[in-house]
Formats: sequence, structure tokens, C-alpha cells
Amino acid sequence: MTEQKKTTIVLFSGDYDKTMAAYIIANGAAAYDHEVTIFHTFWGLNALRKDEPITVKKNFMEKMFGKMMPRGADKMGLSKMNFAGMGPKMIKDIMKKHNAIPLPQLIEMAQEQDVKLVACTMTMDLLGLHKEELLDDIDYAGVAAYLGDAQEGHVNLFI
Amino acid sequence: MQAVQVLDAKGLACPMPIVKTKKAMKELASGEVLEVHTTDQGAKADLSAWAKSGGHELMKVEEENGVLKFWLKKA
Repeated sequence: MTEQKKTTIVLFSGDYDKTMAAYIIANGAAAYDHEVTIFHTFWGLNALRKDEPITVKKNFMEKMFGKMMPRGADKMGLSKMNFAGMGPKMIKDIMKKHNAIPLPQLIEMAQEQDVKLVACTMTMDLLGLHKEELLDDIDYAGVAAYLGDAQEGHVNLFI
Repeated sequence: MQAVQVLDAKGLACPMPIVKTKKAMKELASGEVLEVHTTDQGAKADLSAWAKSGGHELMKVEEENGVLKFWLKKA
């Protein structure tokens, strides 16, 4: 193999299905020996939230946001046919039957494969998310760091 | 064409066959052959594209009772 190829994904969505697509592509790209970056912004940040409640000092709006957004990848809803939370239960059941990997394990696998998970600090501030609430071993950056990776990227996606 | 290792990826869904194949190939020396078994029909296109990109040789593909068998020679 010659030069190291790069894949970058902007994960904007906080939907279970779209996040799953992003992480499947990321894991696939890592298997292709690409250097892979997922840049999580806006609702996509929720994929990086720890599932347990973390006590950090927040103002009223930040608390509200924290309560209304899914705490971690497993609690996300579907982009279509969510049916007030029944949709994710159904799809997870179907996934089990088809041996598809659930989203939390896909994220774990991505970390094992050295996929760089980046949280956008500007939108973390907007949504009132603190570093303590997000997974360990992730990076924090802004648009310039993303573009630095993306301009050398062979695959760049916005999901 | 003696495989030094057989990877059983039967029943696994995308992207697992390719992720596991990559891991298994890493352990092999250049010129050694890995045999991969999958039931994911997408693996046919996946593994041939993956092998091509990495410079590995897909020597043979067989299908037997819904199980796809691949022989990959490491570059």
C-alpha cells in the first residue's frame, strides 16, 4: 500500500439509524486501513454521551437541553418510524435476529480500531454538554481541525 | 492453495466480515492464504473490493449451501 488514505465523517444527526450508518462506514473505512475521523456536532454529540447521569454545574437552559436530548447512543430515536420510542425497540429486536451490531458496540469497535472521535466544542457549549458527560479518550476541536483532516480526505461525508 | 487460517464469519452482518478479515490478515505473513466463510451476500462485493484496495489476491470464491468461501492471499 502506498499513502495513508483518510476518511472523515461529520455526524450532525442524533438519530439512531443515521448514526449507525456513520459508524458502519467508519468501521469499514478503518478496515480499509484509512485514518478515520468522525466529527460530532450538534445532535451528533449525543452519540458520545455517557449513559449514566453526571453531575456538572449547569444553568437552567443547559439542564433542559440535557434532559431533552438522548443520554448516549442507545437512547437515540429513529429518523423515520420512531413511533414515540417503539420504533427503536422494534429495530433493535430485528437487528438482533440479523446479527447486526448494536450502535453502542459499533462505537466501541470504532474506538478499538483507532477511529478518531471528535466533539465539536462550539456546539458542546450551545447544547450545554461538558467534557465530563462525554466518553473518555475522545478529542475536542473546531472547524479548522476538521478541515485539516477533510482536505486530505478521500472520503468525506456529512450525515 | 493451503490456507494457514480459516476465519468463520458466518451469520455476521456488515461490517463485521470485513473488520474480522482485516484483523485476521494482519496476523498473516506475505504470501500466506486466509480462508473466509460468510453468509452475508454483500461480502462477495465487499471482500473483492477490499482485497483489490489492499493489493491482496482474491484467489477463489466458492458458494456452498448459502455459505460463501473466499481464499485471500496476502500481499
